[in-house]
Amino acid sequence: MNERPHLAVVGAGPAGLAAALAAAGRGVRVTLIDSAAEAGGQFYRQTAAALGARRPQALHHQWRTWERLRDGLAVHIEAGRITHLTDHHVWFVERHDAPRGADGADGPGRVADGAGGFTAHALLGPEQEQPVAVRADAVLLATGGYEKVLPFPGWTLPGVVTAGGAQAMLKGGLVLPGRTAVVAGTGPLLMPVAAGLAAAGAKVAALVESADPRAFVRHARTLAAQPATSAAKLAEGAQYAAELARHRVRTLVHHTVVAAHGSGRLEAVTVAALDGDGRIRPGTERRIPCDSLAVGHGMLPHTDLAQALGCRLDGLNVAVDDEQRTDVPGVWAAGETTGIGGAVLSMAEGRIAGLSIAARLDSRTPDVRSYQAAAKARTGLREFFAALEAVYAPPAHWTEQITDDTVVCRCEEVPASAIREAVDELGAGDVRTVKLLTRAGMGWCQGRMCGPAVAGLAGCAPEPSRRPFARPVPLGVLARAGETDDQGNVTAY
Amino acid sequence: MVGAASALYAARAGLDVVLVDRGPVAGGTTGAGEGNVLVSDKEPGPELELALLSGRLWADVAAEPGVAKAIEYEVKGGVVVASGAAGLSALEGLAGRQRTAGVETVPVGPDELHDVEPHLAKGLAGGVLYPQDAQVMPTLAAAHLVRLARGAGTTLRTGRPVTEVLRTTDGAVRGVRTPQGDIHAPAVVNAAGTWGGELAALAGTSLPVLPRRGFVLVTEPLPPRTVRHKVYAADYVADVASDSAALQTSPVVEGTAAGPVLIGASRERVGFDRSFSLPVARALAAGATRLFPFLSKVRAMRGYLGFRPYMPDHLPAIGPDARVPGLFHACGHEGAGIGLATGTGHLIAQALTEKTPDLDLTLFRPDRFSEEGV
Ligand SMILES: Cc1cc2nc3c(=O)[nH]c(=O)nc-3n(C[C@H](O)[C@H](O)[C@H](O)COP(=O)(O)OP(=O)(O)OC[C@H]3O[C@@H](n4cnc5c(N)ncnc54)[C@H](O)[C@@H]3O)c2cc1C
Ligand SMILES: Cc1cc2nc3c(=O)[nH]c(=O)nc-3n(C[C@H](O)[C@H](O)[C@H](O)COP(=O)(O)OP(=O)(O)OC[C@H]3O[C@@H](n4cnc5c(N)ncnc54)[C@H](O)[C@@H]3O)c2cc1C
Repeated sequence: MNERPHLAVVGAGPAGLAAALAAAGRGVRVTLIDSAAEAGGQFYRQTAAALGARRPQALHHQWRTWERLRDGLAVHIEAGRITHLTDHHVWFVERHDAPRGADGADGPGRVADGAGGFTAHALLGPEQEQPVAVRADAVLLATGGYEKVLPFPGWTLPGVVTAGGAQAMLKGGLVLPGRTAVVAGTGPLLMPVAAGLAAAGAKVAALVESADPRAFVRHARTLAAQPATSAAKLAEGAQYAAELARHRVRTLVHHTVVAAHGSGRLEAVTVAALDGDGRIRPGTERRIPCDSLAVGHGMLPHTDLAQALGCRLDGLNVAVDDEQRTDVPGVWAAGETTGIGGAVLSMAEGRIAGLSIAARLDSRTPDVRSYQAAAKARTGLREFFAALEAVYAPPAHWTEQITDDTVVCRCEEVPASAIREAVDELGAGDVRTVKLLTRAGMGWCQGRMCGPAVAGLAGCAPEPSRRPFARPVPLGVLARAGETDDQGNVTAY
Repeated sequence: MVGAASALYAARAGLDVVLVDRGPVAGGTTGAGEGNVLVSDKEPGPELELALLSGRLWADVAAEPGVAKAIEYEVKGGVVVASGAAGLSALEGLAGRQRTAGVETVPVGPDELHDVEPHLAKGLAGGVLYPQDAQVMPTLAAAHLVRLARGAGTTLRTGRPVTEVLRTTDGAVRGVRTPQGDIHAPAVVNAAGTWGGELAALAGTSLPVLPRRGFVLVTEPLPPRTVRHKVYAADYVADVASDSAALQTSPVVEGTAAGPVLIGASRERVGFDRSFSLPVARALAAGATRLFPFLSKVRAMRGYLGFRPYMPDHLPAIGPDARVPGLFHACGHEGAGIGLATGTGHLIAQALTEKTPDLDLTLFRPDRFSEEGV
């Protein structure tokens, strides 16, 4: 029974990596599980893409941070302290009730409160048919977030992509120089996306941001209250702004895309200015020819695995305490699954989680001093991003732009009219009932894409929907999930 | 579902109806179950009689313009299969009794099973086809029954929790209280499903409704008619009738109009525990793939759970409550409240208008438990 305690980390982005390194450095055996082919998460994807540009100073700083994580990971893998499973899609994390030692006794490092450990059930990509099971004493959920996109007439035309999708295209070298792009929506991610596209040789005809500049002024106090954080972040913003200016990219603030046009594929977009109430200012519409449109309205946390484990949410985020523990014993969460806040915040949270896990698996209380700097950064960045979230908002009356024939749920092809009918005539008042009445959100993406739009149209607050499986799982795999290894059905690490 | 049907039949009987719910339409168990309208799973007795009446009334409602399509009504038939000889003879015995009670049953031999249901597992002992078994999409069914009820003059009040049942000094019902105001009425129908016991308590009486949890798995969409009927194994009937609180998971497999296959019907009494249980999902998947081996390559997209309104004797409470004048109950339908809703609504409307009910309500009496208790 002198086996070292075992931690499973789901997600190899900044949060998962920082946690894995911190825990592995303190004697914990770590299995790092991620659906991507390489470590790094969203952060690495965007840094690499943006760096393809010009290596401005702030980005260079991020690059060095990434290199440190990557090299640290390689050292731990080499030493056998971390096992990195790439291309592994976790569809469920199972919590075992009883202590699972053969003798029924808690071994060293067993989470003290009666939990019998966990099994992370994954499918091996890209086919996602072959099952893999990872047993662990503790779990860290670092699954990050996904993009939020609100619909508008014409948004399903080929040529309209998400902001993150545009980044991925950049990385894959799919953006052809000479193409004309528009970047639109709201949020701090639009600037790096526009800068990346411009640097890759696309003509960026406009960056259309719906936030009201006056909102920045209103929140200036909070932003200024965190001088270190804000200065670094504003410097980053200034770098992107300079980059955009160099490429002569026009930024239209307090503007929105009214519609995308094209027969068969995107040919132009209509943009318009917003008035003080967040409605289209009549007469300000203008058409901008373009062949690609990158839209994004911020990010939403991935919480499926946490919810299926029974973790409490705080709004849409996984709720955690100062040590990044969820309310389910043995389950920690860090990074954007606990709230959107950028790579640096994710790393700080990951580090705190890793140190807490190492201590708790050793039946110790973590020494707060060991992560003082990370905790300070966490406080500052959380406040900073709360202020940003208040600033970057879609137009208050965005649903008014959605024509009845606009498809809202793409998987099930549900138009806005069907959702309006469910609310006005059939007595639905929440996302779940609208889904049941219209099938909006029942398709392949399980409402990840249309959830916020349906909530907006139904006039209710977006609510986290319960998805027991983080990935679709073959029934044959499900039927055998959790069988012991000697039956040869699952591999356990 | 039961409230929607009760409102519809009461409004059509000429009553002035207000339909009150704390949530949206179908926000309770109705939005968390399946929509089988079955006769096949019931032993002869009062529940089967109610099922036969309800089946006829569902057909009538579905015959109204646009309704069948809107609620995805389909008389697809049910197929019950037995894996071994003992199971088959028990099944044939049940079918014989059901036939006497007026249920259509068609025996299916082992070599005919694949003509009826092409993708079934090989080597099954045989089965019985029940042509009267039908299906609706429950949320749509409730919403469209509410729509029809509103057409007949019903007022819909969603988002209004009932916090009190108002009574006169001599104990008779005079309406309900909600945070948005009182609603006055000489009769109140308790169609609060699994929460029917709580509502009864608000009226100063009791009804022993308990939650019985059920999970359903939903697959990715499959081509039409991959699974043609509602198909289940013979032990399902025993599970339905079981009094045990422990988990039962005989699989029930059915296709839907929209393409996904539903795999249903775990039953366990664990209170209102909403946490997802992998062992339950695993058992459902294992059972379904045993019946239909091709399903093992098909993906489960999602799953959901609901809490059936369980009564100790498996019979719903339907009719006036002798203990509280003006209070009527229409709840406790356990795993059959969709199917039994039309009959229940019809009988409640008859009781409200003091007509002789089409079925004898004696065995459904809401106060039957309090008498036993004394
Ligand atoms: C377009 C764009 C530009 C950005 N620009 C900046 C910037 O300039 N500065 C900045 O600070 N931040 C930026 N960010 C944000 C930054 O990328 C994130 O804050 C950071 O990556 C979050 O880290 P994380 O570890 O929480 O999650 P992620 O980096 O999202 O990592 C989560 C990982 O979990 C994996 N995963 C999720 N679910 C599962 C599952 N079920 N099974 C297996 N694996 C799973 C994912 O594959 C992913 O690798 C940008 C993001 C985007 C999209
Ligand atoms: C997994 C599963 C599968 C099932 N499959 C089938 C099937 O195939 N066929 C079938 O016939 N049945 C099936 N059922 C059973 C069926 O779903 C129920 O019997 C039926 O939905 C009960 O309907 P109801 O109207 O009585 O209850 P509900 O639909 O729960 O309605 C009760 C309503 O009362 C409201 N309410 C409660 N308290 C208050 C209050 N104080 N104030 C205001 N409103 C209140 C609730 O909000 C709710 O909307 C299944 C159930 C489950 C869980």
